[in-house]
Amino acid sequence: MTTTTEAPATTAMLQLLSPEGWFTVCERSLLTPGRGVAVLLPDGGQAAVFLDRAGRAYAIGNRDPFSGAYVLSRGLLGAAAGRPFVASPLLKQRFDLASGACLDDDGVTVPVYEVRLTG
Amino acid sequence: MPVSPTPTPRTAVPPTIVVVGHGMVGQRFLEALAERGLTPAAGGARVVVLCEEPRPAYDRVHLTSYFSGTSPEELSLVEEDFMEKHGIELYVGDPAEAVDREGRTVTSRSGLTFGYDTLVLATGSFPFVPPVPGKDATGCFVYRTIEDLLAIEEYAKTAKTGAVVGGGLLGLEAAGALRGLGLDTHVVEFAPRLMPVQVDEGGGAALLRTIEKMGLSVHTGVGTQEVTAGPDGAVTGMALSDGSALATDLVVFSAGVRPRDQLARDCGLEVGPRGGIVVDEECRTSDPAVFAIGECALASDGRVYGLVAPGYEMALTAAGVIAGGQASFTGADMSTKLKLLGVDVASFGDAHGAAEGCLDVVYADSRSGVYKKLVIGQDGTLLGGVLVGDADQYGTLRPMTGTVLPVAPEQLVLPAGAGGPVTLGPSSLPNEAVICSCHNVTKGAICEHATVPEVKKCTKAGTGCGSCLKVIGQLLPQPEDAGLCGCFAHTRSELYEIVRTLGVSSYAELLDSHGREGARGGDGCEVCKPTVGSIIASLAPAVGASGYVLDGEQAALQDTNDHFLANLQRNGSYSIVPRIPGGEITPEKLIVIGEVARDFGLYTKITGGQRIDLFGARVDQLPLIWTRLVDAGFESGHAYGKSLRTVKSCVGQTWCRYGVQDSVKMAIDLELRYRGLRSPHKLKSAVSGCARECAEARGKDFGIIATAGGWNLYVGGNGGATPRHADLLAQDLSDAELVRLIDRFLMFYIRTADRLERTSAWLDRIEGGLDHVRDVVVHDSLGLCDELERLMAGHVEGYRDEWAETINDPERLRRFVTFVNAPDAPDPSVRFVPERDQIKPDLDILAGPVLAVRTLEGSAS
Ligand code: SRM
Ligand SMILES: Cc1cc2nc3c(=O)[nH]c(=O)nc-3n(C[C@H](O)[C@H](O)[C@H](O)COP(=O)(O)OP(=O)(O)OC[C@H]3O[C@@H](n4cnc5c(N)ncnc54)[C@H](O)[C@@H]3O)c2cc1C
Ligand code: SF4
Ligand code: FES
Repeated sequence: MTTTTEAPATTAMLQLLSPEGWFTVCERSLLTPGRGVAVLLPDGGQAAVFLDRAGRAYAIGNRDPFSGAYVLSRGLLGAAAGRPFVASPLLKQRFDLASGACLDDDGVTVPVYEVRLTG
Repeated sequence: MPVSPTPTPRTAVPPTIVVVGHGMVGQRFLEALAERGLTPAAGGARVVVLCEEPRPAYDRVHLTSYFSGTSPEELSLVEEDFMEKHGIELYVGDPAEAVDREGRTVTSRSGLTFGYDTLVLATGSFPFVPPVPGKDATGCFVYRTIEDLLAIEEYAKTAKTGAVVGGGLLGLEAAGALRGLGLDTHVVEFAPRLMPVQVDEGGGAALLRTIEKMGLSVHTGVGTQEVTAGPDGAVTGMALSDGSALATDLVVFSAGVRPRDQLARDCGLEVGPRGGIVVDEECRTSDPAVFAIGECALASDGRVYGLVAPGYEMALTAAGVIAGGQASFTGADMSTKLKLLGVDVASFGDAHGAAEGCLDVVYADSRSGVYKKLVIGQDGTLLGGVLVGDADQYGTLRPMTGTVLPVAPEQLVLPAGAGGPVTLGPSSLPNEAVICSCHNVTKGAICEHATVPEVKKCTKAGTGCGSCLKVIGQLLPQPEDAGLCGCFAHTRSELYEIVRTLGVSSYAELLDSHGREGARGGDGCEVCKPTVGSIIASLAPAVGASGYVLDGEQAALQDTNDHFLANLQRNGSYSIVPRIPGGEITPEKLIVIGEVARDFGLYTKITGGQRIDLFGARVDQLPLIWTRLVDAGFESGHAYGKSLRTVKSCVGQTWCRYGVQDSVKMAIDLELRYRGLRSPHKLKSAVSGCARECAEARGKDFGIIATAGGWNLYVGGNGGATPRHADLLAQDLSDAELVRLIDRFLMFYIRTADRLERTSAWLDRIEGGLDHVRDVVVHDSLGLCDELERLMAGHVEGYRDEWAETINDPERLRRFVTFVNAPDAPDPSVRFVPERDQIKPDLDILAGPVLAVRTLEGSAS
C-alpha cells in the first residue's frame, strides 16, 4: 500500500493499482504533503490519495462511510502512534491510511489501494 | 456556464421502522440507527417510537441516584435535540396496544396506527409481584420507574417503617433508598442469602454482616405470606412464612422481573415457556419483520438478560442486521460490579465455580466485611470470581477472565502485608481485553483517546454502569498533562507565546522544536494543525508569515472549510456566504446574489447572521462563483473560519424613532476592521441603536449598545447551546475609545484562550474573570495594551480578501477541482433533488452499505 522513492525526481508520477491494473494518476508535484486529492478511478469509483510529511503516498476510498459523502480526500492528515491517518472533514472520524481501519469505530473500514511513485 | 442541477426524483418511499418501548435499550437502538446513517435525517428509514412512560428514555440503572439529588432531567439518556436532529418521531406517553402482523401495523393507545416494514420490540420488563393476599393494599409499591420513585417518596413522608420483599440487586438498592428516606428498613429474602444470583454463600455472608451493621434488618430464608392492611386499606404489616409478623407502613416488591411480552403474545409471536419473546441470533422473532431486544427478549442461548449491557449488544445486533450487515448476539456474561449501600459487590465469569474440576481461591475477613474468591481452572486460567467489600481489582480481573494469571492467584486476593496484593495495573492487560463490558470496548480502543470525555463520546465506554471508569482513567495519559494534543505538551496560549516571542512562522518548525518527543519530525494531527495554523495567521504580520491562509505550508494546516474557503455540507458540496457588513446591502448587490444563485442552481437562505447563504456548490464551481461575486464587490464572509463572522446591526438612529446612535455605521466599521481576524473560536458581534437591543448585542462575543453619551461595550456573550449574556466592560465610550478597547480585548482573548474556547467560556475560566480582563484591557495592569493595539493594527493593515487573492492566482486555483486526474469532471456524488422550488442534497445516492465496506480485490491492506 505504500511505496517511497528515494529522490523525488521532478517528473515523478503517482500511480495507483486499480482492479484493472496500474494507472497513472498525476504528477507527484500536484500533491501537497499533509493533504489529499480525489482521484476518479477507471471504474467510476473514487479514491483519496495523500502524501505524508515524509513524502510517502497512500490511497484509500474517498467515501466517508459515516455520511456517505465522497470527501475523505479533503480531510487533514495526522499520525497516531507513528501511523498516519486522515480525519474525515465531516464528523472527524479518523481512518488509518495504511489499513483503511477507522480508529474511532471498530469494524468500520474503507478500502485501501496500492500506490507507487515512479520516474 | 450556467449549471443546473439534474433533479432526480425520489423513487421509493423509505421503509418505516417502528420501535415499541423507549427504555434504555430502545434508545441505544435509535443511537445505533443514527450511527449507521439509517435515520430519516441521514436519508434512511422513517423511524417511529412509541414510549409508554411519560418521559423519554432515562438511565434506569442509576434510578436510585434520584434519592441522592439527581433530577429526572439529569437521568435522561436522550440528548436534547436528538430526535429532531435525526428526524425520529417520538410519541411520549402513548404505548402500543396492538400489532397486526398481517397488515404490518401497530396501533397505539391514543388510536394512532403506523404501518411498519420493520418492528422492534423493546418493551423491557415488569416487576414481578408475588400473588400474596393484600399485595394491592395502599402503601405497596414496585421499583422500576421514575414514577414509582416519586410515589414512594411521597408515601414515605407519612411512614416510619418500610419493608422490601426481595434481597437481590434491586431489593438491596430499594432498601438503601428507603433507609435514605429515613425509614426503619427490613429486607425479606426467600433464599438463604442475599443477592443469590450474583454472589456465592461466602459473599452473601460478608454482605449480610456489612448491611446489618448499617442498621438494616435482614430476614433470609423466609417468604412473605400476606400483606396485612388496616380498615383504611393501608399497609400495616406482613405475615412471614416462619409464622412471624413484621409491622411495616410501606412495602416495596422487588422479587424479580418478568419480560413484558404481552404484546408479542397477543399477536401470536412465539414466546418462551417462562416468558420472553423468542429471538434468534440476529434478534429476530418468529416473524422475520419483527425484532425483540433488551429485557423482553429470550435470547438464542435460552436466557432472558436482566442487565443493560447484553441489552445494548442486542440493540447493536438488531441495528446491524437492519442495516444489511451481519451481526449476532449469542449470549453475554453476567458480570456486574455494584456499589450497594456503599459496599462494593462484584461478580464476573463463572462466579459460582460451575466448571468441572475448578478450584476456588478464597480470602474472607468477616471483621472488615471483605470476601474475595477467584475461580481457577485446572490449567490455571482465571474462570471468574466474586469480590465483596473491596472490588478494586474487578476492573483488571474481569478482562483477564479466560487467561492464565501472570501471578499466583492467592497474591491477588490477600490483603497488603500478608503477601499481597500484587497490584495488577491495567497496563498489564492485553490490547484485546474488554474494559467496558456494557459497551464491549477493548483496552486498545480506549488507548486511542486522550481524555475520558473523548472515550465516552467515541466509544461509549464508561457511559453504562460506569464501573470501568476508574480503569479507563488509568489507561489514559494522565490529566496533569494540559497539553493541546498528542503532539504538543503545551496549551494553546503557551504555543501562542512561543510563536510570538520566537517568531516561528512554520508549523513544522514548531512541531520539531517544541512538540512532544515522539511527535517531532512527524505528521502532527487534526487538532494541532488548524490550531497552530490559526495562531500563525493571527500573528502573521508580527512573525513575518504570509497573511494568506493557503500559502505554502499553511495550506496543509487548514480544516477543509478554510482550505476551500467555503463551508462543507453533508453531501460534499459547499456553501458560500459573502460578507454583508452590518447586514446592509444595496439592491444591486442583492440582485447579483440572486443572479449567481440562479445561474449556478444554488439553494439560498437568509442566515441567522443577517446575510445570505448560497448552498450546493461543487468544489470546481467555487472559483467561478467567486469571480462573479468579487466582480460585484463582494468579499469572503469567513463563514468557514474560526474568525470574525458578522457584526449584526439594528437599523438605529437613522430610521428608528428610538435610536440614539448610528448603529449601522458602527457595525459596518467594526466588521470591516476585524474581518479576516483568525481567533481560537469564531467571533460574533452586534450593535444596537438603543437599550431596546434589537440587534441582540448581549448575545455576542463583543456587543455594543448605544447610549445617549456614546457606546456601552459588553463582552463574553454567547448564543448556541449554553447561552450567556455579555457582561458590561465599559460605559459611555466615544467611537475611538470603543474601537481601541475592542482591539485590546480581542487580542488579549486570542492570546490567552484555549482552542475552541468562545469568549464566554474563556471569561468564565480565566483567573479573576471579568475583573481581571477589565484590569488588563482598560487599566493596562500588565502593561500589554500597546502591544495588543500594535498587533491589531498589523492585522488591519495586512488584511486582504482571500477570495480575490485566490481567483487571481492560477497556482491556487488548481486545487479547486474534484478529481486531480480529471479536472473537468464534476463530482458524480454531488446531486440534488427539488424541494419547495429550490434544491436539496440527494442523499439517496450517498446511501448504501454504510458499514463494513470491503477492501477492493487485489489491493494490499
Ligand atoms: C448558516 C447559519 C444558519 C442559518 O441558516 O441561519 C449557521 C450555520 C452553521 N452554524 Fe451557526 N449558523 C448561523 C448562525 C448562528 C447563530 C446566530 C447569530 O450568529 O446571531 C448562532 C448563535 C450565536 C452564537 O454563535 O453565539 C449560531 C451558533 C452556532 C454554534 C454554537 C456556538 C456556541 O458557542 O455554542 C455552532 C457550533 C460551533 O461553532 O461550535 C454553530 C455552527 C454552525 C455550522 C458551522 C455547523 C457546521 O459545522 O457545519 C453551520 C455552518 C453553515 C454552513 O455550512 O454554511 N453555530 N449560529 C447561520 C450563519 C450566520 C452567518 O451569516 O454567518
Ligand atoms: C433500580 C434499578 C437498578 C438497576 N441497576 C442495574 C445495574 O446496575 N446494572 C445493569 O446492568 N442493569 C441494572 N438494571 C436493569 C436495567 O435497568 C435494565 O436491564 C434495562 O433498563 C433494560 O432496558 P430495556 O430497554 O430492555 O427495558 P426498559 O428500560 O425497562 O424499557 C422498556 C420501556 O418500554 C416501555 N414499554 C413497555 N411496553 C410498551 C408498549 N406496549 N408500548 C410502548 N412502550 C412500552 C416501558 O414503559 C419502558 O419504558 C437496573 C434496573 C433497576 C430498575
Ligand atoms: S435597538 Fe433601539 S434603535 Fe435599534 S431598532 Fe431597536 S428600538 Fe430601534
Ligand atoms: S462497564 Fe459499564 S459502562 Fe463500562
